[in-house]
Amino acid sequence: MSEHEHIVTPTGTYVATFVALLILTALTYLAAIHDFGWMNTPIALAIALLKASFVVIFFMGVRYNTPLTKVVVITGFCWLFILFGLTLNDYLTRPWLGVPGR
Amino acid sequence: MASSSTPLETGAQGHAHNPNLQHHFYSMSQQLEASTLGMWVFLVTEIMFFGGMFMAYIVYRITYPEAWVLGSHHLNVGLGALNTGVLICSSLTMALAVRSAQVSSRKGQIVNLILTIVFGATFLVVKFFEYKEKFEHHLVPGPHFDMTLPDAGQQQLFFSLYFMLTGVHAAHMIVGIGLMLVILTMAIRGRFSSEYYTPVEISGLYWHFVDIVWIFLFPLLYLLGAHLAAHGG
Repeated sequence: MSEHEHIVTPTGTYVATFVALLILTALTYLAAIHDFGWMNTPIALAIALLKASFVVIFFMGVRYNTPLTKVVVITGFCWLFILFGLTLNDYLTRPWLGVPGR
Repeated sequence: MASSSTPLETGAQGHAHNPNLQHHFYSMSQQLEASTLGMWVFLVTEIMFFGGMFMAYIVYRITYPEAWVLGSHHLNVGLGALNTGVLICSSLTMALAVRSAQVSSRKGQIVNLILTIVFGATFLVVKFFEYKEKFEHHLVPGPHFDMTLPDAGQQQLFFSLYFMLTGVHAAHMIVGIGLMLVILTMAIRGRFSSEYYTPVEISGLYWHFVDIVWIFLFPLLYLLGAHLAAHGG
């Protein structure tokens, strides 16, 4: 093991991540049973994104991966937002124009 | 297994070779990094695969918001929450299984992998009962769908996406359990140690990815009508 020592995450970090995920799940439920109007979905998505980040960073150990892997992970989600963004750009703006015959 | 491994980490000098080091890699750490990167590239394709279905969900939810709330109201929030907890537990045991391999604990790997498989199977059993309930209540899209429901056609669309998203997710769980059985067999044979744990690591990445998909599915499918239920709506 001369060249490298891989970093072993302490068990406590995993357990803390686990507890945080359970608390955030409870929070998702509590947020959902309150009526925040249009804010309900953004709140639910924000919590889900936070949970997903915890899983990616701690459970999947991306924080210890090479910069190249980190770039691939981040761009992976960027492609997803390009898909969502460009598709919604179409669907959400369709009613803006008065299309003859519709 | 610690007993069978000798301290080998070869570099450019290449004195000793770990039998698990494939010839086209320079060192064990490079091999692990390359495998991790490759797995992530695969997972990015998986993100896009699920992304297409999420896209359909978003477009139809924007088009038919009322039907989405009504459809979501039929889902069992308790069972959905239970399954969320079960998957989070399985992710913890998966992370601990990888850690056990990193510290060359064969027993830790076996215990944690078995727990991961048990949690994964529990998820599928709960899912089975949820699906069964949907069949009994005529909420499965097709000729037997309950057309007396308000916005029935649009709710049918919600349930089509529900079954597609959760069905494909469940298929990934089944593949994951199969993968874990292979890794468990290898762990029992003492194939992994701090020198070489790449298969445990990248199978773990897959398992956590499937957990992440569920983290988004739970609020998006189950909780849309929750505030109505809480206020007797």
